[in-house]
Amino acid sequence: MTTGTPILRARGLMKRYGTVVAMNGADFDLNAGEIVAVIGDNGAGKSTLIKALSGAVTPDHGTIELDGRPVHFRGPEDARAEGIETVYQNLAMSPALSIADNMFLGREWRKPGIMGSVFRQMDRPRMEKFARDKLSELGLMTIQNIHQAVETLSGGQRQGVAVARAAAFGSKVVILDEPTAALGVKESRRVLELIRDVRARGIPIILISHNMPHVFEVADRIHIHRLGRRLCEISPKDYSMSDAVAFMTGAKLPEGVTEQA
Amino acid sequence: MSTDKPTKTISDYEATLTKADTAVAAFERDDRSFIPMLRGYLRNYPTMIPALVLLVSVIGFSIIAPRFLGVGALSIVLKQVTVTGFVALAQTLIILTAGIDLSVGAILVVCSLIMGNMAVVSGLPVAIAVLIGLFFGALMGFVNGVLVAKVKLPPFIVTLGTLSIFNALKLWYSQSESIRNVDIEKSAPGLLWFGNGFNVSGASISYGGITLILLAAVLWYVLNHTAWGRHVHAIGDDQDAAMLSGINVNRTLISVYAAAGLICGFAAWIAIGRVGSISPIAFETVNLGSITAVVIGGTSLFGGRGSIIGSVLGAFIVGVFNTGLSLAGVDDYWQMFAAGCLVIIAVALDQWLRRASQ
Repeated sequence: MTTGTPILRARGLMKRYGTVVAMNGADFDLNAGEIVAVIGDNGAGKSTLIKALSGAVTPDHGTIELDGRPVHFRGPEDARAEGIETVYQNLAMSPALSIADNMFLGREWRKPGIMGSVFRQMDRPRMEKFARDKLSELGLMTIQNIHQAVETLSGGQRQGVAVARAAAFGSKVVILDEPTAALGVKESRRVLELIRDVRARGIPIILISHNMPHVFEVADRIHIHRLGRRLCEISPKDYSMSDAVAFMTGAKLPEGVTEQA
Repeated sequence: MSTDKPTKTISDYEATLTKADTAVAAFERDDRSFIPMLRGYLRNYPTMIPALVLLVSVIGFSIIAPRFLGVGALSIVLKQVTVTGFVALAQTLIILTAGIDLSVGAILVVCSLIMGNMAVVSGLPVAIAVLIGLFFGALMGFVNGVLVAKVKLPPFIVTLGTLSIFNALKLWYSQSESIRNVDIEKSAPGLLWFGNGFNVSGASISYGGITLILLAAVLWYVLNHTAWGRHVHAIGDDQDAAMLSGINVNRTLISVYAAAGLICGFAAWIAIGRVGSISPIAFETVNLGSITAVVIGGTSLFGGRGSIIGSVLGAFIVGVFNTGLSLAGVDDYWQMFAAGCLVIIAVALDQWLRRASQ
């Protein structure tokens, strides 16, 4: 499964917030059609790495290549235009807006004809139908009303909407930051199935999670992040969960890797 | 897609999921009594609050002061609120983004001075003079927007600063001199056009008042039916989330402030028609008046929620109270007292509606 050029490839990413080093020469690879899980301790720099890949953070140094072509994201809208969709930990939703409005935030469809081109009217019926289709396709939740404001949804339902948004629009890469953190057992299962569905459509996925059973279940490769850089990449078939935890906490070093100061 | 059989898992604790209850959780409703129903209704239709307050206050004042219900008094209200209403529209846009604009009144006065000077003193055609005034209105708003969006200063501080700056500029530009009504009538009557109007059975309705309603309708459409309007709400709701959702926050913020400046420039033209003359020290209370109208209209100062129609209604409520109280023979300072009470009650009501759980 890991053949050809990587879809997304990052080399030597550095990011400093004042005196705090968040990324210290981080590398990253994502191949076509695979699920890569990123695990690491709190503060290891996972979130910053993911934000650099999704355009929310501009790295100080380092290169990011998409399909072998260097890209420079100045904001999340650039990454989205390239087909990279992200579900952030805080979900990035606007609580007062409706479900459909949230799914289409920043990429609204306009009415055909003069109403859309001159008067810029949004095509609400079409957007709402699409949103409803995507949500029921997911079967993630029971939403009575697509006009409901997102603030009236439960945490799990909000997560479902965010995941549906990413799955619906991600054409190259889908990044999921802790997608099952707020979900119950049943809903987590749907999200894991959804992750597989998305991969079956040929779209690679980056999954950040602290849930080792989930990681070991769906990931093709596990990227272990430690102290602002990639410590190693392991296959879940060759290592156990306790090995992975030992690597990421620094209790043990993987073979052939020496820890740098 | 999803199959009935659970996917093979590493741990077996999920094995019973196929037998999971698929029914949606149902709860007995206990919200059938009057107060919760009213609250639910008002939460869904927040504009109903200022509408009801307006209705009740009109009825109340016509009982207290029977002359109030006459068309004459009501058309006075419309005239009174026209300028404040325009500025309140601009203020609504800003407050929806969780900002505040203290410089709206100063922008208005600077624009009216520019229009008057260009048309009356320099003798330019009125259309050109108005366009120049509108341009400077948008430019001043743009400056506010750049300082808020790019320099990342709090809107309160930015507009407090530009309020002083624009006030200084207006005194310098006008040399503290007014432009008299006779001069405007003689050389640029077009500037006064919005003060004209027509009579409908004793009520004189100015073109300015009608334009206010039209502009409110346009802004309502823009805010609710275009992507830009959704972005304005989203930014006020949660700016970081809006940024992560791929909205160009800076550009939208700058456009909001520039649009507010443009509306204030337009309000300057209306104000010239309303007052008849141009003075550098006019409209000093319109800043706070516009914020009062917006808040009474139900727009949240924390951003993201509110309505244009509410702001117009809010401006009308203040106007009704002022006219009604003065017709009832109450001293002027009680009008201010009433406006203050209205603001506090409006915000208290808003908080009560927002509290979802109780």
